[in-house]
Amino acid sequence: MADKLDILIAGVGGQGTVLASRVLAQAALNNGLLARTAETIGMAQREGSVQSHVRIGMPDFGPLIPEYGADVLLGFEPAEAQRACRLIKPSGFGLVNIHPVRPVTVTLGTSPYPLEEIQQYLCALPVKILFINAFELATVAGNFRTINSVMLGALSSTGLLPVKAADIKDVLLEMLPERVRGVNDRAFELGKEALR
Amino acid sequence: MSMKLLMGNEAIARGAIEAGLNFAAAYPGTPSSEIIGTLAEWAEEFEYYVEWSVNEKVALEVAAGAAYAGAYSLVAMKQVGLNVASDPLMSLAYIGIKGALVVVVADDPGPHSSQTEQDTRTFAKFAKLPVFDPSSPEEALMMTKDAFELSHRYGIPVFLRPTTRVCHATAGIRFSAVEKNQPEGFVKDSKWVIFPRLSYVRHQWLEEQQLKLSREFDSNRWNYIQSGKKIGILAGGVSVLYVREAAAILGIQPAILKIGNPYPLPTGKISEFLDQVEEVVVVEELDPVLEEGLIAVAGQKGFTGKIHGKISGLLPRAGEYSIALIKKVLANILGMPDSEEITPESGNEKAPDLPVRPPVLCAGCSHRASFYAVKRATKNANAIYTGDIGCYTLGNAPPLSMVDTCLCMGAGVTIAQGLKRVEPDRPIFAFIGDSTFFHTGIPGIINAVYNNHPVKIVILDNSTTAMTGHQPHPGTGKKAAGTAGEIIDPVQVVKACGVKFVETTNPLDLKSAEAVIRRAMEFQGPAAIVMRAPCANTFKPVRRFRIDREICSDCGRCLRELGCPAFYREDSGVKAALQIGPACHGCGLCSQICPLGAIKAE
Repeated sequence: MADKLDILIAGVGGQGTVLASRVLAQAALNNGLLARTAETIGMAQREGSVQSHVRIGMPDFGPLIPEYGADVLLGFEPAEAQRACRLIKPSGFGLVNIHPVRPVTVTLGTSPYPLEEIQQYLCALPVKILFINAFELATVAGNFRTINSVMLGALSSTGLLPVKAADIKDVLLEMLPERVRGVNDRAFELGKEALR
Repeated sequence: MSMKLLMGNEAIARGAIEAGLNFAAAYPGTPSSEIIGTLAEWAEEFEYYVEWSVNEKVALEVAAGAAYAGAYSLVAMKQVGLNVASDPLMSLAYIGIKGALVVVVADDPGPHSSQTEQDTRTFAKFAKLPVFDPSSPEEALMMTKDAFELSHRYGIPVFLRPTTRVCHATAGIRFSAVEKNQPEGFVKDSKWVIFPRLSYVRHQWLEEQQLKLSREFDSNRWNYIQSGKKIGILAGGVSVLYVREAAAILGIQPAILKIGNPYPLPTGKISEFLDQVEEVVVVEELDPVLEEGLIAVAGQKGFTGKIHGKISGLLPRAGEYSIALIKKVLANILGMPDSEEITPESGNEKAPDLPVRPPVLCAGCSHRASFYAVKRATKNANAIYTGDIGCYTLGNAPPLSMVDTCLCMGAGVTIAQGLKRVEPDRPIFAFIGDSTFFHTGIPGIINAVYNNHPVKIVILDNSTTAMTGHQPHPGTGKKAAGTAGEIIDPVQVVKACGVKFVETTNPLDLKSAEAVIRRAMEFQGPAAIVMRAPCANTFKPVRRFRIDREICSDCGRCLRELGCPAFYREDSGVKAALQIGPACHGCGLCSQICPLGAIKAE
């Protein structure tokens, strides 16, 4: 557990990366740590590539993580994890949802999606990478849109965060409307157990 | 109390409230939209008025009117919104205000979500109005308060110019006490009526304020020197933070002059800085505003050291800056190796090609249906399709390919008219969203009628300002703070503008929509079609569609024609069967074009 931690969240617009970064930052603040984030908001949110930067314990710097500076890569989607790997430290850790979101360019056949090669590439990085099927766990929890809660649960079980899993879950549930708290609670717990 | 995580835009809203805000107005635009969105959410708790105005010119004028009566007033917009608001702005600099008026203009280096990378600091210089340029959400809050105070004291509008990485960054924010301002009321005076004679007098007055402001900025808390070793860095905005981090990575301690008021420049502070350093690097995104100012001071005082920046060709004027860029530039100037770090990719084989992932119209988006209906009805007609600003600009992407031009708010309707005069034999369709229609669409429609340009105007009415985050507009009858307002129906407006052919249709009913479009094409004269169906993001789907594998021949027509992101194949091989995923929003457009009727509602 470090007091300074840079977390890069990579995903696809609509997967809930913004909520995930806000939850991590607010949980850090609640624990007396400094935190700042930067997110992709606007046009790219329409199913485009998005990245959220979370910086915990960095006082005087900006919200963007420098190249090769991220301690943790939280990949909500395999291709987006690969796209973001320029930002991760060689000694870093990656947690990647293995379930792909195929853009319509792939379905139309105008763009490739070599899932296996991407997976192999990520595994070959000198970074410790764990894969998780967050889509499946989110579906088990009751809604495929809870991938972000699964990922947060899984990340919070790694012991890398300077904040307890229970604190992260509290902030997550507080930020969500009441009607979806149950399903996100289940998703978080499933994520937390998945890496055991 | 622990700190609350706020976005820069939320911090600006909070700062305005703490300063004693009475009145706020804006038209949404990324990255500025959340300022008024937040003020609208908090309006009940604090006593101020907040509105979404129909465009930025209107927003600035209503906010100025409130300030004339002594209100502490705020107007917010994105950088291109300032172009729309520039007419009142230029005169307002001369006339001045009572109360206070803070003009928040969010710039977008990158650009991430804008038509231009114009720099509001340059605009401020042109308008001769002071600017606060925050580096972080924390600074944005404090600068907002200082901007209100300065505006009140000088009686002029003051700019706050955050950029995307301030607006859409978050940080822990501590709240302070909320001040109250009781507007005194409007007092009649000839000073509120602009005439050439008054303009001359006020121009002189405004020039005098430039000098006073420059001296004041020499010694306020936003322009300061962090001492260091012989090389000096002059920086502003978020670039200051990149400079600090790049310097820390390189292990150097440059002297840094941080400028939070880029106009009028604190030239005294710059002169003091030049006395301490041997050479200077100027780091600022977009225009060389600080750099030009520094060069002028350096010239006047005979500074002989090198000045590195955009003018010397070292740093780019376009695009967003990064820590990596600044680190490289500093290492280069100092003759240090830009340490070739061991990268995660080192020694790895070539990275696999990644899928292209452009933003697309959502599954179930009614704009897809509108574009497709027009595409079908105009097949082989050699038509031109002019577009406008909004989600529907994404209609340019294949397979729809239905946006041939996009320039600025409202220009789809008017570009179409010029095209039509030169290409009278080609059908010209102009697409405009409902919010854009109210923003700047209406004068262009009147022009089409008055000058008889027989263009076909398609109003894409999805009952929201979708792209910027679903703000209400006059067509929705909802107001910023959630209360009910008058509903202004685009159909009635277009009729009142004199358009003789006006029909409304639901684009999700493909056959009827096509029939309406054909009738509009046959009509001799300007015609308007209102395509009405709510934004898919504003309601829960009531049904989903699936492909009946027993019937489907996998011809791929649905996918090829519509490009809906709900379609997928299990893997990237072409052999896997086409399916509709859980993202389906139930619009049913695909089921209407399947030649075998294989797509059915679940």
